[in-house]
This record gives sequence, C-alpha cells and structure tokens, in this order.
Amino acid sequence: MPSLRLLNVTKRFGALKALDDVTFEVKDREYLCVLGSTGSGKTTLLRSIAGILRPDEGDIVLDGERVNSVSAEERNAVYVPQTYALFPHMTVLDNVMFGPLAKETDRRIAEEVAIRVLRLVRLDKRGDAYPHELSGGMQQRVALARGLASGAKLLLLDEPLGALDVRLRLELRTELRKLAKESGFTVIHVTHDQEEAMTIGDRILVLRKGKLQQLGTPYHVYNRPEKIFVASFVGSTTFLEAIVESRSKEGSKLRLREGLKVRVIDSSFEPEEAVIVSVREENISITPEPRGDEHNRLSGDVTEVHFLGSFIRYVVKLTNGDEIAARVPIKMVKTEINQGDWVSISFDPMNTHVYEYPTLGLQGELEVS
Amino acid sequence: MPLIRAEGIRKEYGKVTALNGVNLTIKDGEYLSIVGPSGCGKTTLIKSIAGVVKPDAGDILIDGNIVTPIPIEDRGVGYVFQEIALFPHMNVYDNVSYGLMVRGVPPLDRSGPVEEMLHMMNLEAYVSLYPKELSGGARQKTAISRALTSGSTLLLLDEPLGALDLKVRTILRYELRRLVKDLGLTAIHVTHDQEEALSVSDRIVVMRAGQIVEAGPPMQLYLRPEKIFTAKFLGEANFMTGEVTETRNGDIMVNVDGSRLIAHTGINVSLEEGEKTVLAIRPEFVDLSTKPGGVNTWTCEIISASFVGDTMRYDVRAENSANLLVKAPITGHESSFMAGDKVFMTLPDENLLVYRLPEEGLEKALSLE
Repeated sequence: MPSLRLLNVTKRFGALKALDDVTFEVKDREYLCVLGSTGSGKTTLLRSIAGILRPDEGDIVLDGERVNSVSAEERNAVYVPQTYALFPHMTVLDNVMFGPLAKETDRRIAEEVAIRVLRLVRLDKRGDAYPHELSGGMQQRVALARGLASGAKLLLLDEPLGALDVRLRLELRTELRKLAKESGFTVIHVTHDQEEAMTIGDRILVLRKGKLQQLGTPYHVYNRPEKIFVASFVGSTTFLEAIVESRSKEGSKLRLREGLKVRVIDSSFEPEEAVIVSVREENISITPEPRGDEHNRLSGDVTEVHFLGSFIRYVVKLTNGDEIAARVPIKMVKTEINQGDWVSISFDPMNTHVYEYPTLGLQGELEVS
Repeated sequence: MPLIRAEGIRKEYGKVTALNGVNLTIKDGEYLSIVGPSGCGKTTLIKSIAGVVKPDAGDILIDGNIVTPIPIEDRGVGYVFQEIALFPHMNVYDNVSYGLMVRGVPPLDRSGPVEEMLHMMNLEAYVSLYPKELSGGARQKTAISRALTSGSTLLLLDEPLGALDLKVRTILRYELRRLVKDLGLTAIHVTHDQEEALSVSDRIVVMRAGQIVEAGPPMQLYLRPEKIFTAKFLGEANFMTGEVTETRNGDIMVNVDGSRLIAHTGINVSLEEGEKTVLAIRPEFVDLSTKPGGVNTWTCEIISASFVGDTMRYDVRAENSANLLVKAPITGHESSFMAGDKVFMTLPDENLLVYRLPEEGLEKALSLE
C-alpha cells in the first residue's frame, strides 16, 4: 500500500529553485491535486517523486523506504507525462498492454486489463489504431490508460486532462476520480485548473515558485486561505489595503484609504498595523439603492460589467479610488445594473480574511510566478 | 474605421469542408467572438479575414472594398495567434516598435506610439527584457502591443490567450477588452473558452460544421438561445424530451416521462397538443430545497455533490429517472446537500427553454460535428 512522504525536498536548475524545501505527506489511496501556474514547480515535483529527477536536498520516502537513489523503474509509481510518449509503431491496445505484459505472462489477462482501462477512457473501439491516427486528445487518453494499466499503485498525472476539449474534460474528471477510488490508486494529479483540482482532489496542494503555499481539503483551501496568494489564486477575490483602527473580541474595525471603514471578524492584528483585507467576489452584494441593514456598506461607480454565464461580475470604483469586484449569481440579478451606475455594495464581516501587509506590497503577492 | 463583411465564404481542404458558405458582418468598433467545437471552421474563418487563407469562393470586404486577393501584409490588420512569435534577439521595446520600423518611421517618431502602447499594456517595467525572460502573459501582451503599434484598427485574435494558465487568462481577457474599447478598435476573437467569449464580447458567433449556427449578444445567446445547439455548446444545459399535453396562450403543459412541467413557448416555437418537444434548462436555474416550491417542483435524489468554491455542483436523479446537473452558487449562508439526500427540485417556468424536437433527433442536433 503506497504512502509517500517528502521531507525538505529542494531541486535546483542552475540558479533557479524549482522546488524549495517542500515537505508533505500523501496518504494511502488519497487523491491529491497539485495546483499551480506554469513555472511553479508542479512537473518537477512529479518527476522527482517518479525518480526521473533527483532532488538536490531532502528525502523522498515511498512505502516507508527512502527512495532517493532508487531508479524510476523500480519505484512503485508511474509518471504519466503531459506530452504523451506513446510507442508509434504499436497499436493503441499494444501500447496499453505494455505494462501488464511486463508483469503478467498470460496475454489474455493483460488484454482484459487493457480493454477495461481503454473502455474507461472511451477508446475501447480504437484498440487497433496507431497513435498517429488519433487526435491529440485521444493520444493523451491512451497515455493515461497506459499509466492506469501499468500496475503501479501510485499514479503521477501531469495535466492529464489538459489537451482535452472542455466537455470531455468535465466528463472525464469525475470518472478519473471514480476509477482511482475503485481501483485503490493513490494519485498525485497536477493541474492549473482550480475547478478541476477542487472537483477531483481529496486535498489540494498549492504551489508557487517551488514553495508549498497550503495543503488542505478543497473546502479548507477555499474558505481558509492561509496566504494572500492562495486567496487570489484559488477563486476570485477582492483585496483592499487597510489600517487596523481598533479591535475587540468580536473582531476589528479597519480604516481604508480616505477614511472609509469596514468591520472584519479577525482580531489578530494590533491597532495601526497595515493589513490586507480580502473578500470573495461572490460574497459581495450589490444594489442600486442602499438597503440600510447591511454590514460594511460602501458605494461607488460601476466601471465594468462582465457577463460570465452563471454569474455577472461588476467592477466598482469606490469613492476612495479602491476597486472592488462583486460576482452575483445570474438568478439573483433582479434589477439591471449598468456601467456608470452608482451602486451600494456590502459584505458580511464573517466573509473576510485579514493578512499582514506584505513586504513586497500587494502586487508582489499576487504574481503567479 | 473598419467594417468587415464576409460574403459566401467557402473553403475546402481535400474532402473536408471547413467553411460552407459563411456570411457575416462585423460592425465598426465591435468586439466579436467566434466559438465552436474543434473543426467547426472558426480558425479558417478568421484566417480568411486576415488574408492567411484564401477562400475557394466568396469575398472578404473591408470598408466596402474587396480584399480577398490582397495578402495579409497589405490588409492593415493586426493578427495575434496562440503560438506567438516574438523576435528572440529583440527586447520588448524593439519588438513593439518593429512594425513602425519596417514602415520606415524614423526612430524619433517611433517612441511616442510605442511608449503609449507599453503604458496601456502595463509593460513599462519590461521594456529592456528579452522574450525568454518574460512570463507567458507578458509575452502575449508584447505580441498584442506589436500588432497594434503598426496602426491597424482591426485586431484579429486567434486563441490569443490559449497557451496561458487559467488565472493569467482571466486577468488578460479583461485587459484585452478594455484596450480594444479604449483604442476604438474592431476586434474578432476566436476562442474555445466560452466564459472568455461571454465576458468580453459585444456579440458572439456560434459555429458548427463550417456554418454559423447563431449570432447575438452574449446574454441573449446564453439566456435565450434560439437554436438548441447554442444551448448545448455555450455553457451547460440539461435537456429533457417530453410530449405536449395541453396548450394555452403560449403556455404548454409537457409530460416528461410521467412528470409534468409548465413552460412558455415564446415567439419562435409553436407547438400543438401531442407534439414532442425538448425542454432545456441551465443548471444554475434549477432550485434545490427541502421544501416543495409550487409549479414545476419534482422530487429528486442527490447522486453526488462536489464543491468547486463559489458553487456546489450536484448530479441529481429526478422522480421520473431523469438525470440532471444542478449548480447552486454559494454566496454566504446557503445550506448544501449530500449524496443520498432526497429533496425537492424546482425548474422555474421562466427559465425553461422550449424547442421543437429536431427532425434529425436530439442526439444528432446536439452533436459537436
């Protein structure tokens, strides 16, 4: 039963730290999604676990055994790369059977395994085709099937749904998780698509510039982001610069630019400290007229309206020049609000998070790489 | 002030008809997006307008002049595609001023427009960096700046953000729209990302199999799609086939596998008693509740629930065995449901889209090819 631990793993490419002191543990049969942008170190992480790359520092412990010097072939882990490296002269079925045949002498059993996983990726009818006869998306599904059929219990998937069309991606992501759970795989799945990570992962690991930012359940990462970067990278969030004015057991009162006031639930900062307050865009409500009963009521001009399908997003420029974005579910939009309209916005102190003012400024924290 | 017309454009590649008689007018100052499944002809269409592809039949007109035989370099269009080709040996500044240089504008006269463009695109900090030193987002912004500094007022964007991470893409799409509007450009934007199309466009064109299916403003296409394929392709939708049991002043009573729904036919569809109909509803308009909710309320069981941050996604099985997707936005204190819960489901009559059962059958009508 695979369990995996990384202890202070660092990997350098020249002056660049692709992985910077990364420590975490993956439980047996867990589905872990690693979320980060291009250059965050996601692929390096997978390749280090697979044994394709050797970390410069730290340990990788697989099934209780330090495997730093164990070759990729001998690790109970299979890496499915983003660029599908299929054998061009073999049919789809033979490509997928390659792993099972290496372990199983009975061709019939190997073929059964291969057909089963091909059915799963919806390619059971293309078993006789050669890779070059398939679309990119199909080739990626074959590569995925080959990984699934390999017999290894730790699957390392690098953007496995990345090349697929939106619709297929949505369908396959739930199936991928179901398959992993039913077959007892432990999976580390790398993606830059946060919705994909949240739908599939038991837990999500957020990576930025080689550093682990946060590891937790989707709910936890979304609702309790520990860093400004996590709050901005996962979900859509508005940030405001503020100074703590006063605090009590119930929370704090903050002062925005030009003396605007907001209340927050957090009370961990001292008066006069500079902070960043964050609110999820969907937690902000917007009305043409102030209702009078809301907390944290501010007003301003609508500068942009973005129709997103199930949400409408409004960008509002407050009287002090700060910008706030509110996302309202389409079915809750009762009155039309247009660019240029004067509106009232509000949010519940319960839905705010407060962070220490970053040394590099807010913008420095928001940059993805 | 470009006004673009495509008249009867046909293009074949061997036996494949990429464009099958496309007529389209793009207004001056309009931001138009073209969406459709892979192979629908959207890229061939934008390439025909750019002058990269020569149509087999039909004409492209810019401001009333036929430009079909004119090659891209003489059409005065700015063309940006997914795999950007910046000059690797030139820094950002030189890349952006390249267009002016080849037109023989003396160096002193180049700096004004180049600096203005760099300012608009927030690229000032990067002027002396080389392409390989830039993030994907900054590279693409440089490419767009280069396309625009040449003075062209028609911007053709062929999946301009396709190679970027989701997060960067979301930020850049708004910047792109702002730029187009601030400069008074006409933009044609091909994308596979529906949210991108919905949020930036004045008008969206939906294509399938070399033809235009439907065109209109984003909200109209999303909320009131005339064609059943538009409902399927743009966003997500549940489809149910039923039989009209009663008609009254544009209201119809429909029997869907033993369960009843009331819907409004609107002006485009007229249905008689006994006729088959297809009803569609966007998943975010379906209400789930522990209490019954008046008309169009069915009972259902939650099959699976997944948290995606701002929304809960539910797969539900209704009393008549129909499987539906339901999206419930989370804006504050909504209660959520778990797999196995038995709840009431309301399909509001005003959100039900009514279609005649397509002659070719529902599956064929919704198919992407």
